[in-house]
Amino acid sequence: MINIYEVLETNDMILRENLDVRTITLGISLLDCADSSLDKLNDNIYNKITTIAKDLVSVGDDIELEFGVPVVNKRISVTPISIVGASACKTPEDFVTIAETLDRAAKKVGVNFLGGYSALVPKGMTKADELLIRSIPKALSSTERVCSSINLASTKTGINMDAVSLMGSIIKETAELTKDNDSIGCTKLVVFCNAPDDNPFMAGAFHGVTEADAVVNIGVSGPGVVRNAVSQVKGADFETLCETVKKTAFKITRVGQLVAKEASKRLNVPFGIIDLSLAPTPAVGDSIAEILEEMGLERTGAPGTTAALAILNDQVKKGGVMASSYVGGLSGAFIPVSEDGRMIEAVTCGSLTIEKLEAMTCVCSVGLDMIAIPGNTEVSTISGIIADEMAIGMINQKTTAVRIIPVIGKDVGEMAEFGGLLGSAPVMKVNSFGCKDFVNRGGRIPAPIHSFKN
Amino acid sequence: MKKVVITVVGKDCVGIIAKVCTYLSENGINVLDISQTIVRGYFNMMMIADIDGCSKNFPKISEELDEIGKKIGVVIRMQHEDIFDMMHRI
Repeated sequence: MINIYEVLETNDMILRENLDVRTITLGISLLDCADSSLDKLNDNIYNKITTIAKDLVSVGDDIELEFGVPVVNKRISVTPISIVGASACKTPEDFVTIAETLDRAAKKVGVNFLGGYSALVPKGMTKADELLIRSIPKALSSTERVCSSINLASTKTGINMDAVSLMGSIIKETAELTKDNDSIGCTKLVVFCNAPDDNPFMAGAFHGVTEADAVVNIGVSGPGVVRNAVSQVKGADFETLCETVKKTAFKITRVGQLVAKEASKRLNVPFGIIDLSLAPTPAVGDSIAEILEEMGLERTGAPGTTAALAILNDQVKKGGVMASSYVGGLSGAFIPVSEDGRMIEAVTCGSLTIEKLEAMTCVCSVGLDMIAIPGNTEVSTISGIIADEMAIGMINQKTTAVRIIPVIGKDVGEMAEFGGLLGSAPVMKVNSFGCKDFVNRGGRIPAPIHSFKN
Repeated sequence: MKKVVITVVGKDCVGIIAKVCTYLSENGINVLDISQTIVRGYFNMMMIADIDGCSKNFPKISEELDEIGKKIGVVIRMQHEDIFDMMHRI
């Protein structure tokens, strides 16, 4: 039988170290909603989402009450809309009507974000893919809860540089259309290399076409728990450090597994995967940078940061995979600057730069995330930053992403305020030497040699 | 059997266990295990109980325990046992 010390340990994690289940994300296939009539398509989408997800929020709340662990977000991911809307949408404006429908459905069922306003174009764009991409600025500025993601590259296919080049201007345009709110539209837009089909985290969640009709995916979190555990082994050798992180990750993931099974049972929807990611929030003690500093760095960004992050990422996976049979999504450590209080401090004091963050993305689970850059950054420079990140993902056979915010009207040193979980971000310096002639060459960067495994 | 873990945390005073146990017995909730300790100067009690025989649902019991806690100045939480089992037992 469970003893009092085990009970106290669990409750300390929840009450003092911010252990939570970050998201229950219900993936819903919209493939059967497709219709050549735009009105019919919108009706089908609204009806399907509001039917399948009608109990999502209440189930999440019930689980929170009964197990005593916070379930912070309840979210929905849907089939990439460029596929669902391909037959009905003839213009970018047609796609925007779908974004508005998704926003209405999200509000109706009470979820705070809905992901899947997406296109998968690592090798080429269909007409519909391009229309959807061109509709993104309007779609994200006229909706509140819709998130958009575009897969631009993969290890198998290479990098679609036409799409990379286009996304540079789309990000800039999205920033312009939401400039009154520090270009917040860009916080809901992410580009990927090797995007997973089952990621429950926003802004990049979508319900892949290889998935079942509906599926429950869970994102666990708990940077504070890991930080506390690491602080107990100060000065100990790397073996002890790794063991500590691994054991903690196991415990955190077990909570996710329990919540996943319960949510799946109560919603009568199959369980998909648990995403093991450590996701920070702006709250004190809920930071990835604090873990790295607890390992022995004076500041995140100091030499040793990439190695420390590599340890963290790998041990989280090693502990987590034993705790659940179905692990997927992004699974690792997130390093979103604006959502991590200590990361913001590291930028502000000059320790952490975009170039160091880029190096860190080689060993963590995602990429350049929630980074504010000057609003006057060239479109081609944004495309260049994306191309670099895509190349890291493609060559290293991992997921990488870019969620970057050119904050219109702000420059290096100023702060962009997004509010809530999205936090606030110091505008970071970007290398201003040009790359226009490179990124605008057109065509694709071929897949790397090690993609030919067949 | 529907096992829950009830934890009571707060400043020690006369009658905490009595008040909680009175409520549990009035509501047909069987206590299976009970232990207590002092952590960081606070009184910590844990009970494992079976709420199968109780006619009230989980949220109702949880709410009423919370009210009792407020009256005697302690924090009472009730959670399904599964969360502890999952975390601490392989």
